[in-house]
Amino acid sequence: MRQLAATLPEERYEANFADLAPPLTPDQALGESSRCLFCYDAPCTTACPTHIDVPAFIKMIASGNLRGAAREILDANPMGHSCARACPVEVLCEGACVLNQLHKRPIEIARLQRYATDFALEHRLRLFEPGAATGRRVAVVGAGPAGLACAQDLRRCGHDVVIFEAREFPGGLNTYSIADYKMKPPTALAEARMVLDLGAELRTGVRVGEDVSFEELLEQYDAVFVGVGLGGTRRLGIPGESLHGVVDALSFIEELKLRPKREVAVGRRVVVVGAGNTAIDAATQAKRLGAERVTIVYRRTDADMPAYHYEYELAKADGCEFRWSTLPVRFVGNAVVEAVECVRTQSGRPLPGTEFRLDADMVVLAIGQEPRASLLARIPGVRFQNGRLLADPATGQTSNPRVFTGGDCANGGKEIVNAAADGKRAAAAIHALLRTMPQPVPAGG
Amino acid sequence: MADLRTDFAGIRSPNPFWLASGPPTNTYGQVARAFDRGWGGAVWKTVGEPIVNTYSRYGGIDLGAVRMMGFNNIELITDRPVEDNLREVALLKKRYPGHALVVSLMVESKRETWHDIVRRTEDTGADGLELNFGCPHGMSERGMGSAVGQVPDYTCQIVEWVKEVATTPVIVKLTPNVTDVTYIARAAAQGGADAVSLINSINSIMGVDLDTFHPHPHVAGKGSHGGYCGPAVKPIALNMVAAVAQDARVRIPISGIGGIQTWKDAAEFIALGATTVQLCTAVMHYGFRLIEDLVDGLSNWMDEKGYATLDAWRGRAAPNVVKWEDLNLNYRTIAVIDQAKCIHCGLCYAACEDGAHQAIAIRRRDGARFAESGIGAVRFNGDHRWDVEIIEEACVGCNLCSLVCPVQGCITMQEVATGAAPVTWREYAAGRGKLAPRPEHYVTVA
Repeated sequence: MRQLAATLPEERYEANFADLAPPLTPDQALGESSRCLFCYDAPCTTACPTHIDVPAFIKMIASGNLRGAAREILDANPMGHSCARACPVEVLCEGACVLNQLHKRPIEIARLQRYATDFALEHRLRLFEPGAATGRRVAVVGAGPAGLACAQDLRRCGHDVVIFEAREFPGGLNTYSIADYKMKPPTALAEARMVLDLGAELRTGVRVGEDVSFEELLEQYDAVFVGVGLGGTRRLGIPGESLHGVVDALSFIEELKLRPKREVAVGRRVVVVGAGNTAIDAATQAKRLGAERVTIVYRRTDADMPAYHYEYELAKADGCEFRWSTLPVRFVGNAVVEAVECVRTQSGRPLPGTEFRLDADMVVLAIGQEPRASLLARIPGVRFQNGRLLADPATGQTSNPRVFTGGDCANGGKEIVNAAADGKRAAAAIHALLRTMPQPVPAGG
Repeated sequence: MADLRTDFAGIRSPNPFWLASGPPTNTYGQVARAFDRGWGGAVWKTVGEPIVNTYSRYGGIDLGAVRMMGFNNIELITDRPVEDNLREVALLKKRYPGHALVVSLMVESKRETWHDIVRRTEDTGADGLELNFGCPHGMSERGMGSAVGQVPDYTCQIVEWVKEVATTPVIVKLTPNVTDVTYIARAAAQGGADAVSLINSINSIMGVDLDTFHPHPHVAGKGSHGGYCGPAVKPIALNMVAAVAQDARVRIPISGIGGIQTWKDAAEFIALGATTVQLCTAVMHYGFRLIEDLVDGLSNWMDEKGYATLDAWRGRAAPNVVKWEDLNLNYRTIAVIDQAKCIHCGLCYAACEDGAHQAIAIRRRDGARFAESGIGAVRFNGDHRWDVEIIEEACVGCNLCSLVCPVQGCITMQEVATGAAPVTWREYAAGRGKLAPRPEHYVTVA
């Protein structure tokens, strides 16, 4: 019988899922922004995939020009708010801060970036204006970070943009998958709304490739941007995977983000398979939902773990356990999962005779996502490499010159900031392409 | 432990650290607490015919997150009755005979009025009198304070009246709100003053509220220029102290005032010729407890240097303050960057290139020209794309890069032997002496 963890008092849920890094107070923001050296050709800016002019926006915070700071950030990166909450800054801007070399604490760039963009979101500032109408139309497929970033820049260039989104809400993984203690859905939606406020039309619940074909889009639009992200979680392909209680990480996280926490079923003994950042998100949130014991099993060693170091530290601080060099071979149970049968590994390969069992009433699979191969295969004139759309990394242009791509479906799954950078690069390339096209016939009555 | 005892124009104190006349010396309780804590002396807040103060009266200016880099006030002299002030001064002097207690005075510019206040003050047993000829706000509109201190003749005249009856040392507190403070210092000396103290506060408006357009500080929306003080004014005060200390027509002891927060600040005033120093803003910021480090720090430094008394080094820096025309034009320095310490912030490059003499190059490690560098090539793990280098033939040794560099000891200014004999402008302009070859670096646009 599957055992569920006890429901927690509401205030425990609130505390467990409160922002990991709370917003800075005005005093903290002044103190932190005043510490910035205002480097020339700053390494933080270079390290950021969207090249936000970090010293410039920090000095604007110091001077009290929060509107200017928010504009500086969101001009370079329309997803600047979610990046402030979820970027792995330790290996990007903050890791590049020159103060590290003085053995000083680097500037808390992410929290300052949040401070400025919070101001923009709270006041729903209109920071950008759409460009003069060009009469050109671009379809953006997927309302995730790549698509939204692309849409913002296209609207600023004056092109009509229609965003097709299969899900109910825009935002992509920002809305559905970011660990809830980093960002909650209403914030992701508010960020998406700032882009939509520029006049991009959003059509949700439309599955491109099914409800509308790529051919139709290419007929009706001058260019198409494809930012559909990745598909479902990979399966292990071992016995017992369809037992009740074996779930995939993205579905689990999505459920806990969209439903009241007390209604989300979580086991008492949870086993998470995989050691990437999504595995950590699933493990910590299972613990924060009330799971008594959360064990992460990974077939390789801690040195091979794909999760960022600080994510690993967070999971340990939350009391999650790690079983390195451990491979699940069978999920045991009678209709409902009761245990995970594992084997020890060496160099990722199973060592015979080392089988053992871990009791579990819930198993979360977090071993990566499948590419959306069948969907992408429906785009006319594109080619593939290693299962990904073949595209020019500088422009996102595919083998079909009117089809561009970016984000996880193009880069295999990276950070929000990479998706935003992809979307912006594609927007610039689409704009350049549209300018070379013959003038459209003015729309008749 | 070094001997910090001080004799200032005959007024003795256990150390040179006095509280300046101001809010910290307004009551018996405050000064007693300060003496208990270790302060050497105090100048009692200016006594005169009672006035009425505004409520809002202080303003501060911050530097980033650092509060009160500068400070100002529109507070007037004491608003307590003369009798109350003098009674408390007498009690203090009785309880603290070994501490210096000077009373600051300001009354109408009438001979009899000055005679009266001087006699009544000296009846308390106070060690001396400080004539407040410096207060720049409020009182000056009534013909007192800096209205007196800005006119040499008035200064001399009132000092003479005071000296007609005074039996204790008379100190004249000088205002910096003049074109040349030495003129006023000379007038005070000529009138018979026993010492001067400087600087009083500087005319200032601290800022403007951009929502209401009220000046800072404001009184029901209106403001008035107030006296500026605090750490920001120290360089101005040092310059004026040095000028007075070197003036052959002054030659009376100096009490240095202006922006002192630490023992190092105080030591700089003493090195330029001050006998005692006075603090006010620092105490208004942090309280009397500052005295512990002031005394301890100065004493430790003197021990380290082998100075037994303050007189052993007082005024040592004064002869080094000379006219520009007496500076050696053949003394050449050049900036040297310790590449091992460089953190690649680029501040020296930006400062020199845009703000000074275009003598720092930024060289890409891949050999490309910087303007074409684009972005995105750097790795964050300390592998930098470029280095900064001094262009020696262009460097004028101005110090700017070493001033903006955030790493201690990374950019230093080093002397370069020119092989040429020293030559000053005075000599050079008179056709004596030769200039060593100098950097010719300016790009001339036709």
